Amino acid sequence: MNFVSVAHLSKSYGDVKAIDDFSFEIDQGEVLALVGPDGAGKTTLMRLVCNLLVPDSGTIRIADLDVAGGFDRLKEMLGYMPQVFSLYLDLSVEENLIFYAGIYGVTGARYRQKRDYLYGFSMLAPFARRRAGDLSGGMKQKLALSCALIHDPQILVLDEPTTGVDPLSRRQFWEILSEFKRQGVTILLTTPYMDEVARADRACFMFGGKKLTEGTPGELTGSFKGELYSLDTLPSTDLIKRLNDIPHLQSRRFGTGLHVNLDADLKIEDVSEALRAAGVDPGHLVPAQAGMEDCFIQLMEQTGD
Amino acid sequence: MRRIRHITRKELYHILRDARSLAIVLVMPVAMTFLYGYAINLDIENIVMGVIDLDQTQHSRALAGCFYHSTYFSKPQEEMDPTDPERVFREGRASAVLVIRSGFGRALERGNSFSLGLTIDGSDNNIAGAVRGYAGQALNYFLRDRLPPGAKLPGVIIAPQVLYNPDLQSSHFFVPGLVAIVLLMISALLTSVTIAREKETGTLEQLLTAPVKPVEILLGKILPYVFIALFDGVLVLVFAKLVFGVPFVGSHLLLLGFGLVYVATALSIGILISSLVRTQQVAMMYAMMFTMLPSVMLSGFIFAVKNMPSLLQYLSLIIPATYFLTVIRGVMLKGAGLGELVIHGVFLLVLMAIMIGVAAAKFKTRLA
Repeated sequence: MNFVSVAHLSKSYGDVKAIDDFSFEIDQGEVLALVGPDGAGKTTLMRLVCNLLVPDSGTIRIADLDVAGGFDRLKEMLGYMPQVFSLYLDLSVEENLIFYAGIYGVTGARYRQKRDYLYGFSMLAPFARRRAGDLSGGMKQKLALSCALIHDPQILVLDEPTTGVDPLSRRQFWEILSEFKRQGVTILLTTPYMDEVARADRACFMFGGKKLTEGTPGELTGSFKGELYSLDTLPSTDLIKRLNDIPHLQSRRFGTGLHVNLDADLKIEDVSEALRAAGVDPGHLVPAQAGMEDCFIQLMEQTGD
Repeated sequence: MRRIRHITRKELYHILRDARSLAIVLVMPVAMTFLYGYAINLDIENIVMGVIDLDQTQHSRALAGCFYHSTYFSKPQEEMDPTDPERVFREGRASAVLVIRSGFGRALERGNSFSLGLTIDGSDNNIAGAVRGYAGQALNYFLRDRLPPGAKLPGVIIAPQVLYNPDLQSSHFFVPGLVAIVLLMISALLTSVTIAREKETGTLEQLLTAPVKPVEILLGKILPYVFIALFDGVLVLVFAKLVFGVPFVGSHLLLLGFGLVYVATALSIGILISSLVRTQQVAMMYAMMFTMLPSVMLSGFIFAVKNMPSLLQYLSLIIPATYFLTVIRGVMLKGAGLGELVIHGVFLLVLMAIMIGVAAAKFKTRLA
């Protein structure tokens, strides 16, 4: 039996289908990342899971309890971190912790022990008396995570927890998540960052409220079709236009260069010709390993067709 | 209970750290009392006046009939108790009592001078002033009708005695009422933003996934403000005493007790509004709209409830200020006791329970 089981979930806002027949499952102690661009429906999905929105159709079960009917019993085992920072800015770090601990009935020695344990990960102890509003973005997110973890939840639902957070804090954040995963906490999170997918056990790509695909990071990158090349020089508009004229070739900007993907029946020599015509040395085009982003965009374009 | 305590403590932090709103809480009531502390005078009809007729002659009955014939005076619903004429004032059943001692009929027939007793409830300054004027006029008409034209008026005079506010100082009448209005408005304003603010800043989203019931959130938010509003009440009363010299006849403790119930009711209005709207701005607007105007116009603050059309009289029953006005005027000016006022406290508690109940039922545990 899966710990979290979401089946055929749909939710519309007027004519807009925010979530369209979405299903996924998570095992206990597993980290599932929902990946997609802004507007893909990630936040709506998180809110549905946390009973903050009611689905038009479909079911959500957590720990064998139906969210629609048994959410009150689920509250104690759920830790939720909304996308928008939702702690009290005029309260200090410690006061926010005390408040959430108190709501969940974590008090006295049990609270202090839990607090010190979480400070050990978050490094927030020196800032205990600082107002939450005066914290940096990364510290805010670590505090929010600490508040979501203060009552030993069995499942963590995190909506874009690392958006707008510096790389160092992001790494620390993931280290905290790994620790709780080791303790058996099931984690459902969303992220717009493709590189974070590699840290999850499994990921769902989502776009336009639909699930594109699902799998382990290895499965996802392995599903890439075609041969990928990387152009490690600044492309001109002339070059981009010439490349787009070649059938069975997809190119897109990647960093300062281009990622060029060739279908099976297209040879690299055909591309070299276009490069020379645009005055670019074909030596700049080198074979590349398909990353998560390449896979995602390929899937997105296939769905669009 | 534990969760209510944690929410209360959090709210206290919010209040104490927001210097600007704290200043409003402390300065606004005093400023409002000062501004509104000047009287407005209005004509009054249908003053309830009891008549104690000890003379029991055709003349005494005719005199009473003459008073009631005018639109200014009406009969009390219950019979007067001749041994304790003031009881009707304490119970708020009449604004004046005319005592016709025996010998009035004989004096009138013989043209002797005679003095009628008129006791007026001075705690309502408007009514008291009006009674004095109207009673004199009514008596003049009565005497003129009974005499041949040109005859000299006999020496019948009215000896008015104004109870509770002998100087008919309008501030004595208005300032206690003002305390009721100011407390209501401040209280409703204070709580009206509390839930709306959590909706605006997004903090409610996380709170809703925590094991806390709506009614616990509501009570936890009301509790800290009870003390703040009560402190405001004391502040305004001290100010009333120092600036306007309003007397305080009754029990301070009794008024404090009723004040506690009253501010809790007023805070419930704010919390009800807050649980229904989305933004702080709308919440504040509604809080002003639903407290200020109805309370000033319909509670008896300026216009006596008994002079209103019956529809508005019913409306006044759901305005908390209506009850507290009677209580505060009763305690401060008349020295009324718990027994006479307890029913008003009961009404306030019922109003509070209804509002918190509706707020809890309407409190959305979901977004959008």
